[in-house]
Amino acid sequence: MSRDLDELYQSVILDHNKSPRNFHELPPPASHADGHNPLCGDRLTVWVDLDGDTVRDVAFLGNGCAISKASASLMTAAVKGKSRAEAIALADEFQKLVTGKLEGAAERKALGKLQALGGVSEFPVRVKCASLAWHTLKAALAGGPEPISTE
Amino acid sequence: MAVGGGAAAQRVSELNVSTVTTSPRPRVPAADLDVAAIRAVFPILASQVNGKPLVYLDNAATSQKPLVVIEAVRRFLAEENANIHRGVHYLSERATLAFDAVRAQAQAFLNAPAEHEVIFVRGTTEAINLVAQSYGRTVLKPGDEILLTTMEHHSNIVPWQLIAGQTGAVVRAIPINDAGEVDLEAYRRMLGPRTRIVGVVHISNALGTVNPVAEMTRMAHEAGAVVLVDGAQAAPHLPIDVQALGCDFYACSGHKVFGPTGVGLLWGRTALLERMPPWQGGGDMIHTVSFAGTTFAPLPAKFEAGTPAIAEVIGLGAALGYIRKLDFAAVRAYEHELLAHATERVGAVPGVRLVGTAAEKAGVLSFTLDGVHAHDLGTILDSEGVAIRAGHHCAQPVMERFGLHATARASFAFYNTFDEVEVLVRGLHRAREVFA
Repeated sequence: MSRDLDELYQSVILDHNKSPRNFHELPPPASHADGHNPLCGDRLTVWVDLDGDTVRDVAFLGNGCAISKASASLMTAAVKGKSRAEAIALADEFQKLVTGKLEGAAERKALGKLQALGGVSEFPVRVKCASLAWHTLKAALAGGPEPISTE
Repeated sequence: MAVGGGAAAQRVSELNVSTVTTSPRPRVPAADLDVAAIRAVFPILASQVNGKPLVYLDNAATSQKPLVVIEAVRRFLAEENANIHRGVHYLSERATLAFDAVRAQAQAFLNAPAEHEVIFVRGTTEAINLVAQSYGRTVLKPGDEILLTTMEHHSNIVPWQLIAGQTGAVVRAIPINDAGEVDLEAYRRMLGPRTRIVGVVHISNALGTVNPVAEMTRMAHEAGAVVLVDGAQAAPHLPIDVQALGCDFYACSGHKVFGPTGVGLLWGRTALLERMPPWQGGGDMIHTVSFAGTTFAPLPAKFEAGTPAIAEVIGLGAALGYIRKLDFAAVRAYEHELLAHATERVGAVPGVRLVGTAAEKAGVLSFTLDGVHAHDLGTILDSEGVAIRAGHHCAQPVMERFGLHATARASFAFYNTFDEVEVLVRGLHRAREVFA
């Protein structure tokens, strides 16, 4: 396997693809949003259960490639317990990571396990696979009913 | 390439595949086609991708271009560029002659009865939109029916949905069976006095099915409906004969027959084209214009408003000339063997499910691999230099029919080789390793 592919399909990604975490619905009053990448047909739904301003629980269901599934799975683990603002800030940092715009090592480190998706930045056509879950999360946090599209 | 041990080497599921040579036996095509000589005139085929020789298996998306096409476009732009049907100067005259000559070539390519029945359009999509907006708008009444097969490309669905929405007509889907073939009995039952238009793809881009277009056309005509055939995928693989097919409209794209993007062909019967109103207005499509009223140019200009894709049309002419010189019987025989071989080899990879197993197929091998999403497979194959398409292939109703979200699709042209099939198969084994 070439180095780029090793970087893309790290074991943590393959693991989350095979055994996605928080892969289920959340009952009401959790809010949810649907995400869709019309170019490839990937679809997922993200549920967020807020306790005041804190993400008490977050979950997802959907169909997509390993990158989109692992990204959603890692995301649910990363934002649980965070405040709404922290979750949105993390989404923005994540977007920088997968588009290769994250500068310092400290910023990288702050992303913890999410760093595993850094290899995506070498594959521009796969960036949307990684960011779909995060766009959908933001919509769910906003409580909007409009489906989210990567396009 | 090393030679493996026959059938045993094909079934390597229990082995560490990176140590296994995957070619089951030396395979020399029986068809008499000099593929090496053909490849030599397609410069891109000699290039490298990700440090590996390019294996281009995305021909259903677009074909590669031979030198004659590249050179024709360059030469026109460098030496003959001018607008057509306007100037009296030397360059305009040259450009007009070159442009108009391609229409005659296209007529021959389609075996169309008359040259003025060939309309230059942007591509298959525009051709279908033209027929939907012009013919459809004229004839469709509320409750009229448009029948489309379930395996149509979005470009032969959405234009009909748009015009149905505007006229009150209804779009109905003709079912297909598990092999990916049109259910002709269901089709027969669906045809009726309300059927106005039948749209059918000649070769499915997602499944590779070759549809019985002539038979479906006969059935439609008995019901009094007209038939539009989407020939985007068929044009590079079958000899096209609109008179033998008996259809009423035929649409295809230049870029799938080794020509440039941005140009395509619509063929229609004179009697229908004459009755149809223009769908776009502008220069070149008029007879006289005044604010009191405008009269339109005769066919084909009536449907060609504005400056066309002149250089691209000339490039298409070079492509049609190139195809005409090939021994098309040998091409077909070779492509048939290549697809049969690829079907056998890819189908033998553990976890592969072939999608589209019609008795009559051409050019396309669609499949899924257990545990590996098509997009991940596309990325892994790309790292091996292999270009395939992954996704819904702009044919979501087909995916839905087979309960899938996406497939991987290898699509072939006559310049692909048996060795390239082995590179594809090795890539599939690699993907299985990565996702083991």
